[in-house]
Amino acid sequence: MGKISNEELLNSIKAKFESEVSNVTEPFGLLTLETSRDNIIDLLTFLKTDEKLQFIYLTDITAIHYPESDKQIGVIYHIHSLVNNVRVRIKVFLADGDVHLPTATGLWNGANWMERETYDFFGVVFDGHPDLRRILNVDDLTVFPMRKEYPLEDPNRVDKHDFFFGR
Amino acid sequence: MKNHLVFDDNDPQSELSTLNLGPTHPATHGVFQNVLQLDGERIVSGVSTIGYIHRAFEKIAEHRPFYQITPLTDRLNYCSSPINNMGWHMTAEKLLGITTPKRVDYMRVIIMELARIADHIVCNGVLGVDTGAFTGFLYMMKYREHIYEIYEEICGSRLTTNIGRIGGFERNFNTIAFDKIRKFLNDFPSVLKESEALFNRNRIFMDRTRDVAAVTAEQALSYSWSGPILRATGVDYDVRVMEPYSSYDEFDFEVPVGVNGDVYNRFLVRNEEMWQSMRLIEQALGKIEKESSEIFHADVPEFYLPPKEEVYNNMEALIYHFKIVMGEIDTPKTEVYHAVEGANGELGFYLVNDGGRSPYRLHFRRPSFINYQMYAPMSRGMLLSDAIINMSSLNIIAGELDA
Amino acid sequence: MSEIQIVEAPPGIEGSGFFATSLDKAVGLARSYSLWPLPFATSCCGIEFMATMGSHYDLARFGAERLSFSPRQADLLMVMGTISKKMGPVLRQVYLQMAEPRWVMAVGACASSGGIFDTYSVLQGIDEVIPVDVYVPGCPPRPEAIIDGFIQIQKLVQTESLRRRSTPEYQKLLASYGIQ
Repeated sequence: MGKISNEELLNSIKAKFESEVSNVTEPFGLLTLETSRDNIIDLLTFLKTDEKLQFIYLTDITAIHYPESDKQIGVIYHIHSLVNNVRVRIKVFLADGDVHLPTATGLWNGANWMERETYDFFGVVFDGHPDLRRILNVDDLTVFPMRKEYPLEDPNRVDKHDFFFGR
Repeated sequence: MKNHLVFDDNDPQSELSTLNLGPTHPATHGVFQNVLQLDGERIVSGVSTIGYIHRAFEKIAEHRPFYQITPLTDRLNYCSSPINNMGWHMTAEKLLGITTPKRVDYMRVIIMELARIADHIVCNGVLGVDTGAFTGFLYMMKYREHIYEIYEEICGSRLTTNIGRIGGFERNFNTIAFDKIRKFLNDFPSVLKESEALFNRNRIFMDRTRDVAAVTAEQALSYSWSGPILRATGVDYDVRVMEPYSSYDEFDFEVPVGVNGDVYNRFLVRNEEMWQSMRLIEQALGKIEKESSEIFHADVPEFYLPPKEEVYNNMEALIYHFKIVMGEIDTPKTEVYHAVEGANGELGFYLVNDGGRSPYRLHFRRPSFINYQMYAPMSRGMLLSDAIINMSSLNIIAGELDA
Repeated sequence: MSEIQIVEAPPGIEGSGFFATSLDKAVGLARSYSLWPLPFATSCCGIEFMATMGSHYDLARFGAERLSFSPRQADLLMVMGTISKKMGPVLRQVYLQMAEPRWVMAVGACASSGGIFDTYSVLQGIDEVIPVDVYVPGCPPRPEAIIDGFIQIQKLVQTESLRRRSTPEYQKLLASYGIQ
């Protein structure tokens, strides 16, 4: 598929960030690795600027919530090297109460709204983001709705009786 | 109502005026709000506010079994629902390890390319309306109706199609559907030619669109653009070629690219893509004839919902139906990212599964959302009327933007 | 025989050189065939409305050729698509800006009841913020269904008494929505 294999890619990452990456897996051929908050921007910068790798395309930034684990919030980056046609997925896990992460807007302009969306739904604060406020939800929402503890339905509804829904 | 009025108009000496464009402005084909600061007719700066039809797709998806997520994807980019449906099915199939028969792949190609044509008809037609040519819109819209008739023949619905199941289609295409597809392929080229004759070298249209909102490839990539608007800047990134799905690698088609990424280039790229889509459909029709006409889904009873008659009359089908609906089949605990080339760009599905009945997390990489964020920065210095046609050429679909 | 078809006259007394009917009926007739709709299209149903306005279905046949994008001149508010809680106040504002007599049509499941989106961010039917005259079911409704809903509105317009808008019942209805 791609012009460089996942192994080569991993080797070149490990050559620079040996101790900083962990949990390397390859679900469905997509190299997935974990790193820490301190290294994420360095790693992204390296991947973007390295002459051979050229991961110049930021596909997506999103997050995930595992309420049971110590580090509850995971931020997930998908980046794509258009030249080599290889994707890589990078995760950073953060403990609840300290959900801070440096912003990637310095690398890609497109990261702006993706980070705002992640903030809006998961409450991940991206330090250094130029305009970090809610994007899709109403401004006066006090919760981060995609976290698992918040219900899908509007809890304030009065017209819906559990009796009619068999609950 | 709290508005993001960021501009201070209290200074009486100021030459600038503030214009609140949207969220229900007639020129914005959807619910987008842009608060613009104008110097005469020139835009000094602007702020976009989105989320006016935020419907919490991703939260709903965490509460729905896999087969019930298809109707949600319909409502993402509702101008080309089948592409979203197929994208979701292919994501789930990738996760579950299902390989579809070749005939299903070709059927999918047909339906996806028809959807792409329908989407581009709307976008280019509306661009015509915004530049003052209502005729083009009326000509083309009629043929979108013909595409909808094909959808109806296949799935019974016009717009939110909900076509197919995980593993294939819920029913075979009937002969009327094939006849209608052939008729469409036969009739549409002359209409598209006529429309091209109307627009492509039209002096008014060219003056209105050329060099308007020109974007360099570097800017476009930095803003993670994808789809026709990225290709109009000269970057030949097309998911169908880069990561072929649904047997696209067997087809012979070209990826049109533009030169300077202006509105005119985007229009031409979309037009050319319609021609290429027709080529793809023609090839797919040829390939389908070589396959057994009975096959329309993969043989995966544990994931493919059996037909209702079978459920009522056949014990095995009843058991599978029960197991699928109650979510008693184990699914792999892993994560998958699958992208398809939507009509607006790379439509990605990031699915994290914990082995349960519904996804643990499903994230949609929505091209409209990502493409739209450059709109306010790129409007700076533009004339107001140019900003309007720039918006229609970006083809931002509100449902996909706000999810 | 001319091919031009005109609507039938309302019931009245006819004789040579005169025709007498009540003012209500004459006004209702005139109004119903010159409704100016304000398309408040937010999502999928808006695309079906585009088809309804297009050459194939042609809503203009029913006297609604002229879309009024300004609420001030509109008679009929057609709400098409999901209305989120962020959009609710905007919709209400648009309704308040319309002049009496005004009619409202909720097109599609989302505008009528929230549809499949029973979520924290979606208004469960626009009748939570404004009064609605006609609901059109479907997700999205076919253009035929939208046209049918439009004809229902026309019937309402034709049979409405001129004083309906000043009756205490109507005032009470508006007051229940907090509209003066």
